[in-house]
Amino acid sequence: MGRITPLLWLLFSAGGTVAALLFPVHLFLTGLAFPLGWLEAPRYEFLQRLVTHPLIRLYLFVLISLPLFHWAHRFRYTLYDGLQLKHLTGLIAVLCYGAALLGTAMTAHLLWNSQ
Amino acid sequence: MPSTVALTVARYRPEKESEPTFQTYEVPYRKDWVILDALNHVKDNLDGSLSFRWSCRMGVCGSCGMKVNGTPKLTCAMFLSDYLPGPIRVEALDYFPVVRDLVVDLTDFVRKLKQVKPWIIRKDEKPPAEGEYLQTPDQVDRYKQFSMCINCMLCYSACPIYGLEPSFIGPAAIALAQRYNMDSRDQGAAERLKILSEHDGIWQCTFVGECTKVCPKHVDPAGAIQQYKLTGATHWVKSLLLPWGTR
Amino acid sequence: MNAEPRYTLYHPRWYRRRVSVWWWLQNRSYAGFVLRELTSVFVAFFAVVYLWQLRALVQGPEAYGQFLARLKTPLFLTLDAVAFLFVLFHAITWLNLAPKAMVMRLRGKRVPDWVILSSNYAAWLVLSGAVAFMLLRG
Repeated sequence: MGRITPLLWLLFSAGGTVAALLFPVHLFLTGLAFPLGWLEAPRYEFLQRLVTHPLIRLYLFVLISLPLFHWAHRFRYTLYDGLQLKHLTGLIAVLCYGAALLGTAMTAHLLWNSQ
Repeated sequence: MPSTVALTVARYRPEKESEPTFQTYEVPYRKDWVILDALNHVKDNLDGSLSFRWSCRMGVCGSCGMKVNGTPKLTCAMFLSDYLPGPIRVEALDYFPVVRDLVVDLTDFVRKLKQVKPWIIRKDEKPPAEGEYLQTPDQVDRYKQFSMCINCMLCYSACPIYGLEPSFIGPAAIALAQRYNMDSRDQGAAERLKILSEHDGIWQCTFVGECTKVCPKHVDPAGAIQQYKLTGATHWVKSLLLPWGTR
Repeated sequence: MNAEPRYTLYHPRWYRRRVSVWWWLQNRSYAGFVLRELTSVFVAFFAVVYLWQLRALVQGPEAYGQFLARLKTPLFLTLDAVAFLFVLFHAITWLNLAPKAMVMRLRGKRVPDWVILSSNYAAWLVLSGAVAFMLLRG
């Protein structure tokens, strides 16, 4: 585990930075402003066109995947320390990073295969 | 101003009890007294059996660390007047085994400190005839903050990770390792990184930040550990991309 | 040369208090720390919501319309409002702690914390503005 801990920490840091800088605005717009009608939501055709750009696809990949790894690393330690689940440490690690990998794979699949 | 203040002190006498109990003493209130003065008053006049450590009484030896009203403090630096009206609760530091009353065993820390090799490591020693190693003020500034540590252990007592995971190397040891890593005369950074990259090293820390809050010498061990994580991660990336030239 | 004394962990008369599983409720700092760590759950929640939105987008206009309708339900509005507060808390604590982890030195002197802090918040504003601009265009 010590061999890849630096990598996991780097992913955690990168994900935390992405989440800190970009999630507030995205969550405000997508979760509150658009559904509540405070601001006009983008039309389907506009978004569809937007997602065809490779840079936008890269942006979305980073936006979804890195914060998932941020959660995985942080939540793993929260369970380990906060709930003192030391005896389940292997299982927790597999579930957390596994979930993050799954989300990453799904995102990659969607972005790679859509036209 | 009151004439006395109550001091509720944790007692632990292993020969007659299996758990700590509390005993309250009324000590005179003097506005220039610190908690250590009150404890010494207790020992001199009220109860000679009270055991606690102290030495310099001016915040440089690190001996008198105890928990005051739930927070680790140097008892020679906390005035009674700051804790009025009382009662003031004095206990032994958390997360260390209590030997007696307010005395804890610090062997674990000493062992960990030795592990991080807190001395100048050089591959090649300069002979004395060549003179001293020179340092500019900027070079001193790089590690000066971390050199202020007085080994008082308040940071270990504040760190929940150390409490939950006693094998964690801990804030002061890592800060002191950084003190030498950042010293321009030192050449042992790689050696220390190998030790501190282990499971119980820097990666156990989750940046709670309590250690920095309680440090009486403003060493900022939390900052030291986070910087070390970045160094460790950078080194890891470099060793991955350039496996032949890592030093 | 003396042999290194072995530290014996077993010492029957020393008192060791077991750390309670409620250790994090003992003081405000610890509770704040755990709250900060739990923000990661809401970060993951929104990442999944965005992933689902992407999936709906790829599936076509009807699926996307259904997804938008779901976001308007009281359940999701409440979840999103709570998540927004936690994500904000994450952002503020993260940006505030950045100067501690990143020590930059310019010409020998350490760059002061307020410089790094204000650059972080400036970047936050600029990026948020850019994202909002992109999404409000169509």
